[in-house]
Amino acid sequence: MNNEGVDESKRQFLTTALTVVGAVGTGYLAVPFLSQMQPSVKTMAAGAPVEIDLSKMETGQLIRVAWRGKPVWVLNRTPEVLATLKTLESELRDPQSLESLQPENSKNSGRSIKPEIFVAVGLCTHLGCSPTFRPEVSPPDLGDKWKGGFFCPCHGSWFDLAGRVYSGVPAPTNLEVPPHRYVTDTLLIVGEPAEGESA
Amino acid sequence: MKPSRLNDCGEWVLDRFPLASLWKDHMTHYYAPKNFNFWYFFGSLALLVLVNQFLTGILLTMNYKPDAKLAFDSVEYIMRDVSWGWLVRYMHSTGASAFFIVVYLHMFRGIMYGSFKHPRELIWIFGMLIFVALMAEAFMGYLLPWGQMSYWGAQVIISLFSAIPVIGDDLSLWIRGDYVVSDATLNRFFAFHVIAVPLVLVMLVFMHIVALHEVGSNNPDGIDIKKLKDKDGVPLDGIPFHPYYSVKDIAGVGVFLIFFATIIFYMPEMGGYFLEHANFIPADSMKTPEHIAPLWYFTPFYAILRAIPDKFAGVIGMGGAIVVLFLLPWLDRNPVRSIRYRGGIYKKALALFVISFIALGYLGTQPATPVMTNIARVFTAIYFGFFLLMPIYTRWEKTKPVPERVTVELSLEEQIPALIEAFEEITELNPVSEDNSQHPAFRSVFFSRRPNAEGIRKVTTRLAKKLKESLD
Amino acid sequence: MKNLTTLLLLMILSFGVRASEGVKLQEADVDVGDKTSLLRGAKHFVTYCLGCHSIKQVRYLRIALDTHADEKEVLKDIAPFGASIYDQLHSAMNKHDAEKWFGTQPPDLSLVARSRGADWIYSYLKSYYTDKNRPFGVNNLVFEDTAMPNPLWQLQGEQHEVIRKTIYGDRIDLVLDKEGVLSEEEFDIMVNDLVTFLVYVGEPAQLERESMGKYVLIFLFLFFGLAYLLKKEYWKDIH
Repeated sequence: MNNEGVDESKRQFLTTALTVVGAVGTGYLAVPFLSQMQPSVKTMAAGAPVEIDLSKMETGQLIRVAWRGKPVWVLNRTPEVLATLKTLESELRDPQSLESLQPENSKNSGRSIKPEIFVAVGLCTHLGCSPTFRPEVSPPDLGDKWKGGFFCPCHGSWFDLAGRVYSGVPAPTNLEVPPHRYVTDTLLIVGEPAEGESA
Repeated sequence: MKPSRLNDCGEWVLDRFPLASLWKDHMTHYYAPKNFNFWYFFGSLALLVLVNQFLTGILLTMNYKPDAKLAFDSVEYIMRDVSWGWLVRYMHSTGASAFFIVVYLHMFRGIMYGSFKHPRELIWIFGMLIFVALMAEAFMGYLLPWGQMSYWGAQVIISLFSAIPVIGDDLSLWIRGDYVVSDATLNRFFAFHVIAVPLVLVMLVFMHIVALHEVGSNNPDGIDIKKLKDKDGVPLDGIPFHPYYSVKDIAGVGVFLIFFATIIFYMPEMGGYFLEHANFIPADSMKTPEHIAPLWYFTPFYAILRAIPDKFAGVIGMGGAIVVLFLLPWLDRNPVRSIRYRGGIYKKALALFVISFIALGYLGTQPATPVMTNIARVFTAIYFGFFLLMPIYTRWEKTKPVPERVTVELSLEEQIPALIEAFEEITELNPVSEDNSQHPAFRSVFFSRRPNAEGIRKVTTRLAKKLKESLD
Repeated sequence: MKNLTTLLLLMILSFGVRASEGVKLQEADVDVGDKTSLLRGAKHFVTYCLGCHSIKQVRYLRIALDTHADEKEVLKDIAPFGASIYDQLHSAMNKHDAEKWFGTQPPDLSLVARSRGADWIYSYLKSYYTDKNRPFGVNNLVFEDTAMPNPLWQLQGEQHEVIRKTIYGDRIDLVLDKEGVLSEEEFDIMVNDLVTFLVYVGEPAQLERESMGKYVLIFLFLFFGLAYLLKKEYWKDIH
């Protein structure tokens, strides 16, 4: 072996160059490897927008549909409920939905396009449990303060019937309202944004 | 974090884990003979392919369904709907074949240079165990796509166990977990393929390398480099594995990856040898495909099985073909390791063995006609003759004197000038006609030459003479 | 013992069968990159084949993406009425009815091009001839006693078998009796489009795979070049 007259800088340069090229190669290989864990086309197909026919819906009724595998609630609110909603604002954390997720057209106190029809993703914004629908007023287990709403059994978060979170509970924001639009007066599509809005 | 903090962290780990000494013992101060040639790339390449199989395999299990009703479609789902699933799947299927190519060449190297001989018998045994585990891994993995070839291949191979007297039928029933290959078989093969056998493989590979680093690497001259050491105790013919062989192996990896990527991107089926055409038909327990053949890496053994006209004897022959390889260190009685200094009789025997192995491999892919079967019998006899007659003919061998120090041959790239010379000899300058000479392609040296009969004859005789000499 | 001998026998027999059915296949001219041929093929498939055969591994969306066709156009021009872009090419045929009519269920054709090969399908679709002894009145030169009636007979016309004696033995040719809606040339193009589509659905990734391959190889050559230079540099030490 003969270590004399070795051009160390050339070695260093080649080593660095090869390391960089190797790292770039590994990076490029990581892209397919990691992105194969992304949702597949099949999952995207299952996540396609869903149509909901509202023509047979009664007032006060809640229906559940699956969109992207998540429960989506469609609630037909009674006039009494709408009246109650207006009285609750002082007890809520984000009554105007400033910090919550909803399409622009649902960013109002009722959190809906049409006042009576409320659409929301039925997953608690705390840790993802699905709250239970408790429309009754002052039931024995929830006490006098309960004016009807959604109660999350996992960690006890309270939401009113517009999906707005009460203050002093673990959930940080109001329930998410998914992008949705009305094709006709009674045909609702969940998963597609209304015209002029981005998803 | 300041550099000194980083150093402190490093120190903290090094005080508790022998990282530095591991690196030193197995990389910078592991002395390998300096005369490794082309054949010594395949060990590190096998390791690379193993890593490839692990990574892609893990990704495939995320979308594969080990259920007879879903398996076939889930593979196609991976090929189509999963982003980049096709790449991962092809890397895995091509990797399986590449594994065997690399391992067969690695084993041939061992036989050629006597790497299995004292004191490396245990390395050879571990290596053979890896080979057997690899065959089990490949066989069980091939059932998973649940195509026609998967199904009927598994059916045939599991039926082999029923040849064992007395317990055979119960044994094959136990392996399948059903009367035929079925969902139960698929599910257990999946378990073996993704966890049990890979664990065994990793442990064996670890022991293979530990045993190798204990006694040191052999070399193309078959010389013990530890006999001659300098004053620091470093073998005179040894060089540190890192950086010399690490950079060399990386260049080898580059060449391997070029071939590997070419297959993945341009010929993933490899003409039906890496992915068989009939395996694109879902498994059907009611209909055997017209012609079933195992994947190419099993065909030499499969041809031996078919060549023997009795079920039990055939199974024994097939198993025996692998068992004799285990016994190699004790069958070969000649103390000289490398083929370079061994007698002509061994060289010819080895050449015959290679020919018969390849021929059996080819015959195993072909339908068994009576003529083909007879040819297969001849090659089976040669295959076993090579091993079983070894204790006798290796004693007659007239070996050549083994040198004290390793010899250094021309490296691959240093042989290029000789190749160019030979090319110039077998061709002659083509007088380019006027109208053609305008085309740029004809101005290059390559296109302006045409074959020269005289030159070809000369080079061929020279090659033939050289071949004959090298076999003496 | 029985299992294996039967299998071996089967293999020997099957070789016999293969030898006898050694019809020379006609070569299809498949270029999956030809997007218009592919779309024509997709349309032909939906018109003439989807009635019985599904391609359950491919979605209309995939066809739109790979051919750069507009999703709405694909749904309008190719997919049957009412299909969603995410739907696979499912056949509407009832499996029980199929068994009653054909004696077998028409196979899914997602991978037929990978198991049979493009040339085989091309030749098969062109090799129907009139045979009174068969339930549908037709037989096939490439796949004898096929259970499938000729779906393209109106386009191709009717062919019959002519046995010609040659020095190599008998050769079977097919001769067109009645010309169909399409001329011979048009028919060939149409079948070729169909085959191109089937080759494509066999492996939709092939377009992407081949176009990507060259970049990977260029990169690997660069990697090898650098690695080789580095090796050469270090090995200067060793003599």
